Amino acid sequence: MRLLTHNMLASNIKGVTNGFPLRIEPEKIIEKPVDFNPDFLKNMFSKIDWKALADASKIMGYAELPDEVPEQTVVESDEFLRKFHHALLEVHLEEGALVCPETGRRFPVNKGIPNMLLHEDEV
Amino acid sequence: MSSRPELQAPPEIFYDDVEARKYTSSSRIVGIQAELSERALELLALPDDGIPRLLLDIGCGSGLSGETISENGHHWIGLDISRSMLDIALERETDGDLILGDMGQGLGLRPGVMDGAISISAVQWLCNADKSCHEPRLRLKAFFGSLYRCLGRGARAVFQLYPENNAQRELILGFAMRAGFAGGVVIDYPHSSKKRKEYLVLTCGPPSMSTAAPSAKGEDGNSSSDDESSGDEENQTVSISDRNRPRKKQKLTKKGKTRSWVLKKKEKMRSKGNVVPPDTKYTARKRKARF
Repeated sequence: MRLLTHNMLASNIKGVTNGFPLRIEPEKIIEKPVDFNPDFLKNMFSKIDWKALADASKIMGYAELPDEVPEQTVVESDEFLRKFHHALLEVHLEEGALVCPETGRRFPVNKGIPNMLLHEDEV
Repeated sequence: MSSRPELQAPPEIFYDDVEARKYTSSSRIVGIQAELSERALELLALPDDGIPRLLLDIGCGSGLSGETISENGHHWIGLDISRSMLDIALERETDGDLILGDMGQGLGLRPGVMDGAISISAVQWLCNADKSCHEPRLRLKAFFGSLYRCLGRGARAVFQLYPENNAQRELILGFAMRAGFAGGVVIDYPHSSKKRKEYLVLTCGPPSMSTAAPSAKGEDGNSSSDDESSGDEENQTVSISDRNRPRKKQKLTKKGKTRSWVLKKKEKMRSKGNVVPPDTKYTARKRKARF
């Protein structure tokens, strides 16, 4: 699971008002190279929750991203885009878990697939 | 109708390891899935500016539809309820990220992040109550509600689906409209029982010119399919150009049966093997009055 997906996922349990961002408990992290596409990154930049991405990438062992939200103009810089690209698309959580920030419910991640299925009483 | 997988078992049980492998190794199914996804992407009408978008594939299964999305240069996130299908997708090394989840429980996604959503042959599963806690209406409501939230403004969602009957189609469409979507059903090849394919084309936002349902394939101008959505009905016109049609066309030709007609008829009879008198100069001549 890439951090792009992590940035989109929120806990969906009944009664949870703010299920984002899910805390990452990494066990195994892998990196897979992906083609660099600045257009896609510029398109995604406005949709990404920056704080969640920066925190998540730190937990995943990649601390190159700035903590504070960068200005919109930063997307023109190639150096920034490379870092953004690496954190967003190339770092994968292979094994571990995602934890709901409100209820502490663990969603296990196996072979890179998060199990977001809810129990009957959580729907 | 008993061949419908929906009627046999819940999706996470029906698509077990054996069925998932069968599904993905059948070249016929692979071909059909690619064709359906291609058409769904076309109906999605993403702006043609070469910028890759982030799409959601609901019921992605083994990633057959995702492959088409990747070929078109877009990124995708797939959701499916069957672990076996997702394992096959991992084996096939699909490009998108996969999530094990149940669309009937609502999509756990942040609001407004997706550029579009497609779903191939999946949404009709929502109409089944496979567990005691399942209530199809609540599941449809949760699904469409959460989908509406996670799509960006003006984004489209295209679902290819096989509704069992008209009531099911209306149920699905009704809940989509209640969630706030505009759009309708596009039926490709409505007159062919085999090629007929239904797509639910939904747009986030109020109905407008840009949200009108696209036209279907294989539908001739004046033929109307009676189960189109209400949005399309006003566009249909009834052709009345030929009101005083003659009773029998042959009576209009003054000469009656001409020589060429008779020769053709005789030739046809000959080819059937019947005994036919030879063609002479007297063939198809009128008899004289005194006869």
